[in-house]
Formats: sequence, structure tokens, C-alpha cells
Amino acid sequence: MTRELWEGNQAIAEAAIRVGLEAYFGYPITPQNEILEWLSRRMPELGRAFVQAEAELGAINMVYGAACTGARVMTSSSSPGISLMMEGLSYIAGTEVPMVLVNVMRGGPGLGNIAPSQGDYNQICKGGGHGDYHPIVLAPASVQEAVDLMPLAFDLAEKYLTIACVLLDGSIGQMMEPVQLPEMREVKRKDFPWSTTGAKDRKRRFLTSIYLEPVEEEKTNLRLLKRWEDIQANELRYREYYLEDAEIIVIGFGTAGRIALSAVRAAREQGIKVGLFRPVTVAPYPYARVAELASKAKALLVVEMNSGQMLEDVRLAVNGRTPIEFYGRLGGMVPFPDEILGEIQRIFKKTPKVVDDPTKVWLKRMNALVK
Amino acid sequence: MATLAIPENLVYERPESFTDVPTHYCPGCTHGIAHRLVAEVLDDMNLTDRTIGVAPVGCAVFAYNYYATDFVEAPHGRAPAMATGIKRVQPNSIVFTYQGDGDLASIGMGEIVHATARGENITVIFINNANFGMTGGQMAPTTLPGMKTTSSPNGRDVELQGYPIRIAEMLATLDGAGYIVRRSLHDPKNIRLAKKAIRTAFEVQNRGLGFSLVELLSTCPSNWDMSPVDSLKFVEERMIPYYPLGDYKVAPAVTAAKI
Repeated sequence: MTRELWEGNQAIAEAAIRVGLEAYFGYPITPQNEILEWLSRRMPELGRAFVQAEAELGAINMVYGAACTGARVMTSSSSPGISLMMEGLSYIAGTEVPMVLVNVMRGGPGLGNIAPSQGDYNQICKGGGHGDYHPIVLAPASVQEAVDLMPLAFDLAEKYLTIACVLLDGSIGQMMEPVQLPEMREVKRKDFPWSTTGAKDRKRRFLTSIYLEPVEEEKTNLRLLKRWEDIQANELRYREYYLEDAEIIVIGFGTAGRIALSAVRAAREQGIKVGLFRPVTVAPYPYARVAELASKAKALLVVEMNSGQMLEDVRLAVNGRTPIEFYGRLGGMVPFPDEILGEIQRIFKKTPKVVDDPTKVWLKRMNALVK
Repeated sequence: MATLAIPENLVYERPESFTDVPTHYCPGCTHGIAHRLVAEVLDDMNLTDRTIGVAPVGCAVFAYNYYATDFVEAPHGRAPAMATGIKRVQPNSIVFTYQGDGDLASIGMGEIVHATARGENITVIFINNANFGMTGGQMAPTTLPGMKTTSSPNGRDVELQGYPIRIAEMLATLDGAGYIVRRSLHDPKNIRLAKKAIRTAFEVQNRGLGFSLVELLSTCPSNWDMSPVDSLKFVEERMIPYYPLGDYKVAPAVTAAKI
């Protein structure tokens, strides 16, 4: 199949269509509007369901309804809109029905701005809405990877009856890159044993997230947790670059990881033994692999477009055994490769010590920089 | 041996669209009547195995236990959005929501207005009993001026707490509305009229004629602190004057269908 030049958001939308998206419900918000717009034209012409909802609250609950029938369904939004969806996401998690969520993150908190950010890592990776649950979160670093993660997101959501989120930022959503899209598949509704499609020739079914008896809710929580254990055991995905002999390991996801790769390559040209670890599943997080890599490294450098949200997962994995440095840009600022290269060079010249909180030394440098 | 054969004339039985589960509603509450009317209509129209109900958050949160149809349970106020999601991927199913006034007229106002405006081909049964029943009788958007509730202990003061919302009238202004009426459950005659309206609402959906809503004036003896009989009188004497019964929107296509 040929490679074509596609904008990230449109490519994500078209990839979803080609792997059998049956219904989309959304609400406009920058920088993900092209997903909604693309689907507003494509879904009706294919005879599939599309509704521009009155708000994100409406959109996520339309998704909830469609998900209860077993239809392959998704929505997309950006940070403030995702916050509004949290109620529905929690209900969907509690009802154990599958859906795909695309979050094209922007700078925050509050209205923030429309520039690329990774500030919603904690929100989605650590659950999001109220109650005990874990969405699967996939973080692409290119348009091609975003396209490739769409069918995976649907498959995982349906396999584990959970929310699968594709977490990217405005830069991947808005940039154009050559991509190979999946082949067009037919829409085929899976015959789940729970889907509420009308009780024709079978016993009636109902779907709810209410368990009034605490002991039943506890059983539900444990069932969700068992599924999460299976996901942790079977669904970890990550990419490794130049790690064979790396003494310094840079860790970053999505766009930050991609920019860090440029810095790693530049440092390699200068003879610095540095590599990159880029988690693709940020939930579940590849703790064991990070711990294993850290045990062989002199130092780690975590790079993010937030205040060190994934850093906490890295610290959990490393548990103080290897020094960790952090470099973050915030609020819609995107690091240049040179900034990360400077961090690598600094660590190369003087191996840092293990400290309690790597963000403190970073903040000191940041405050000087931003002043 | 001669036997005396008395022909059985069954005039009342449990609708087949009901499960064999007793409801949890308070004695004298009209939720039971409203539930039954919907079940009878589903029976009469032979829709049980095509229907998917959407339960609200409120007293009817367990409606899914009582119907023999498929059912889902929505977040508070979001039933019309869930119903939209179901109907759009199951256009041949019959999809109805059953919502109270806290659910529909307060937290779910956005969802109901836009489902109506889209002409979403679903049916909404709207129970107006002028208070939040499940949470213990707080003021609802439908609480009458001067009416005492647990959160308007001195009576609803319209200067501070605003005025009640007449849902049927308001939604009827929207072009997407196909059939919007208000009925009452306070006496047998009105119950029969309510059933007729519910039948029409489901016929409207079944024939693809758009959004249908039946608002039912209902009682809440427990939270109103009244006997069931006094509650029925309250509906007749106090609620109907504020919420007049009537047909607020019957789209030309519905009239033409002569249901």
C-alpha cells in the first residue's frame, strides 16, 4: 500500500473508519477539530453514525449508549473537554463496556492554550474520573504510530472491556507526515454476551455501573483489577533506541520522546553513550523494563512536556537505585533538541547523585531560565 | 356429570413487559402507575423484544429491574444522550428514557433540549412530581412557588430560588419536537388519557416521526408528607393549574399519521 501525506488528526479519524468505527460522537475543541470534521463528512457517506453533541458531556454519554450495544465507538477531545468527559468515562469503566478515547492534549490548567502539552498524563493514566479503574493509555510519537495505535486501541478495549485512550498532543495532531493507512475493513458488530440490543430470542440484559451492596461493588473492583493485572502482564509496549551500550538513558513519551531522539543522535555523534527509552503504553507503565535498564545505567534523564508526571512512574520503577535528572517544558512550550542535548552533555560531564526529588534541581534551573 | 362452565373474563393481569419483581416505590406513589402504563403499551404494540430502556438517576434508577426489555442505567441527567447513542447504532430498536424532574429538568437540561432539537427518534417519559424524590425531597426546578421542601424549608421563594420550569411548553418550542404532551396520573380518567398519550408517543417513534415526550404529573406522598389521597388532590388542585394538561406539540406528520 502506498504512503500518503496526511495530517495527524485526519489520519487518526480515517484509520478509525477503516478498522470499523461504527459511531462517533464529539464536540469541537482545538487542537483536535479535524477529527470531528473529517468524521462529519466520512461517517454519513458510509452510512455510519455521527453526532456533533451539545457538549462533551453529551458526547461521552452518547458513546456510553452506543458502547452498551457492542458497537465500535469512539470520541475525541482535548484537555478541557476530556475533563468534562470524566463523569461518563467513570460510568463506562464501571459498566465494563469498551470504547476508544483520543486526547489531543493542550496547555493547561484551565482554559490554558492550544499549544502542544503532555499535562494530562496523570489525569488519564491514573484513572481520571471517580472510583477505582485503569484505562489503557497509548502514546504515539508520530502520525504513523498514531494510525497504527488506532486498531490496537479498539482491539484492546474490546478484549479487556475497558477504555483505551490514544494520548497525543497538538503537534502530532496537526502536523503532516507520510503514512500508510490500514486497509478498509467492513463494519462488523461483535456479538458480545452482554450487549443491550433488544431481548429478541434471548433473556433480557441490562447494563449498569450501580452496585448498591458494597460487597458486590468490591467484587466488581476486584474483577477490574484482575483485568488490569492481565493487561499489565500482556500489553506492555515500548521502543528502545541505542540502548545496547548506553550509560545515560533518556526516557520520554510521545512528542517529548521523539524530540529527545534527535538529541540522543546528536550526542552519539559527539561520542556520548546515550540511548532512548520511549514507552508506548504509558498505562500500563513498563516498570520492570525501566528498572532493568536503570540498573545498567549511570544516570537517567526524564524529558516531558509537563512538570514531571511520568517522572513519578520512573522513580517508582528505579526506586532510588540510579540517579535521575528531569527536564520539562510546560504550558504548551515544546523543548528544542538542543535543550535536551545540553542536559545530556551536563549529565555526561558530571554524573548526578541520587536525590529525593529530581524536579527540585530542574525547577531551580527553570526559574532562572523563565525569569 | 354436568359442570357449570364460567367463561373466564380476564380484565387485569401483569403486563408481559414486566419482570416478576415487586417495585421499591413508596405506597401511593404514581411511579408504579407510570411504569405499568409503559409496560402495557409495549405489550399492546408487541415491542418488548425490540425495546431498550434507559433508566435515570432518581427514584426510577432501578427501572431496569422491572422491565422485561433490555435496559441501561444512565448517569444523572444523561439519559437522552445515552438513548441517542443507542438509537443511532440501533435505528430499528425502540429506545425510551424514563426520567424524573431532577434528572431531566435540572442536571440533564442540556441533554433533553438538544435531543429534542435534533428530533432524536426516541421516547421520553418525564415524571414531574415537583421535587427530588430519591435524595429526600429537595427543591426541584419544578417545585411550585411557595412549596416547602427539605431545601426550601420556608417555601420556594421565587425572588431567591427562581421560578418553576414548564418542560412540555418549553421543549414544544423546538422544531425537532414531534409529539410533546402533558398528562396527569391523579385519577382513572386521566390515567387512561396518559396511557393513550404514551401509546401515541411510542407510535411516533415506531413510525420514525421524531422526538416524543410525555410529561406525567405525579405524586410523592413520602416527601410531600401527605397521604396518598391528599397527594392526588394536590396534583389536581395545585399542580394542574401551574402545569396545565394538554398537547403542546403535535407535528403535522404526527397529525397526518392519525395514530
